[in-house]
Amino acid sequence: MNLRITMATALRVLRQLRRDPRTLALVFLVPPMLITLFRYVFNGQPGTFDRVGGPMVGIFPFSSMFVVTSIAMLRERTTGTLERLMSMPLAKLDLLLGYGIAFASVAAAQASITSAVAFGLLGLHVQGAVWVVVLLAVANAVLGMSLGLFISAFARTEFQAVQFMPAVVFPQLLLCGLIVPRDRMEHVLHAVSYALPLTWAYDALAHAVRGGSSGIVVRDALIVVGVTVAALALAATTLRRRTP
Amino acid sequence: MRTDSACGEPPYARGVVPAIEIERLRVVRGDTIAIDGVSLTVESGTVTGLLGPSGSGKTTLMRAIVGVQVVEGGRVIVLGGPAGSPPLRARVGYVTQAPSVYLDLTIRENLAYFASVLGAPAERIERALDVVGLRGLERRIVRTLSGGELSRASLATALLGEPELLVLDEPTVGLDPVLRRDLWRTFRSLAAKGTTLLVSSHVMDEADRCDRLLLMREGTILADETPRSLRERTGGESLDEAFLALVEAR
Repeated sequence: MNLRITMATALRVLRQLRRDPRTLALVFLVPPMLITLFRYVFNGQPGTFDRVGGPMVGIFPFSSMFVVTSIAMLRERTTGTLERLMSMPLAKLDLLLGYGIAFASVAAAQASITSAVAFGLLGLHVQGAVWVVVLLAVANAVLGMSLGLFISAFARTEFQAVQFMPAVVFPQLLLCGLIVPRDRMEHVLHAVSYALPLTWAYDALAHAVRGGSSGIVVRDALIVVGVTVAALALAATTLRRRTP
Repeated sequence: MRTDSACGEPPYARGVVPAIEIERLRVVRGDTIAIDGVSLTVESGTVTGLLGPSGSGKTTLMRAIVGVQVVEGGRVIVLGGPAGSPPLRARVGYVTQAPSVYLDLTIRENLAYFASVLGAPAERIERALDVVGLRGLERRIVRTLSGGELSRASLATALLGEPELLVLDEPTVGLDPVLRRDLWRTFRSLAAKGTTLLVSSHVMDEADRCDRLLLMREGTILADETPRSLRERTGGESLDEAFLALVEAR
């Protein structure tokens, strides 16, 4: 691994994103727009917005970074630039960490904008610290990114890559406890939910929002980080120096 | 035992070790045999043309030399080491047939990124721009370039590392004759400075510019000789005729 190459890669990925202002606008504006919509859908039930709004701030970056990275990496694979990089003195970790640094900074900006809108303009109220929610949002973004890097290996086209979003993200959203509390689910679904990373991401956010036990928040966050590292390791195995 | 290794110059640079040594290489892609027991040697500081119809295995052979191809059997030694081994990654430059550069970046941004990866100093970017004739276009987004400009941008990237072996897959496709001539002059001057070049082409008129020719067909080498001896042996005026003569003689 080489810091110069890692940072050059992060800078390159950010430059590519800057060249695509429409994608950046979508990444930065869709979450605040959705959270605003959410606020007014639950206009009559302010308690619901406070309960669900906080975790949503932290979950948006997960899904948007998942899609953006899986397509960015798919392009790297299909345009031959990955093959070129693999024939150069670049460690796989340089590439993965370069992507990680670039998308974590985009996610930090996204989470900050969404939080500013939710807490500042929409009057979202949480018992816990706002900065913990923002930090968890960034961690979830990096989780989404590493899953996206791994999943991109299974897509041949951008159409397929986009379809991985409902396939990978939606079931986790349904089972993480955001929509129905997990202890009220069928036994099988409840058991499955333990194995899904978003469950722990949501659990950390829900506790952070309630100002609950910081021990649980830290435990859940560590699980999220652990799954992120595992997904990056899996992603590294899909970056082949030699291909058939 | 060699006693002269203390002079610091790697042995391949003096022609002691060939730039490429291939023994009984066999590559299977899907259910077809892409390379069928190829053995060959490429001397350093030469320009070798790899010719043959599309589908003959040129790209697969080049990929095996660069070390990005899964091979079934045989041995590929490049610059004295196994093909694709980590120390070779900075010493071998490879330009794929499809230009592999970032379409959403400018030419300069592409070159700057690959220069960082290769650890090449910034002045090499300027030199590479001049060599491929893209000076003045460096701020253009790659997506907006013509096909010829695009393939030259891809070639410039491979020049950044000043590789000892340059493997070029059809680098002159779609270029106008003036640029083609200029690029071949560049290849010759790189070879004069000691770089080994392996250039694939399906344009037979480029063959005369090579020191040696490798003619491929159906995963095997049909001929491995100088352009002149190939013409004398087959009696063909053009290399196309020579190629036909070889195929029919089988």
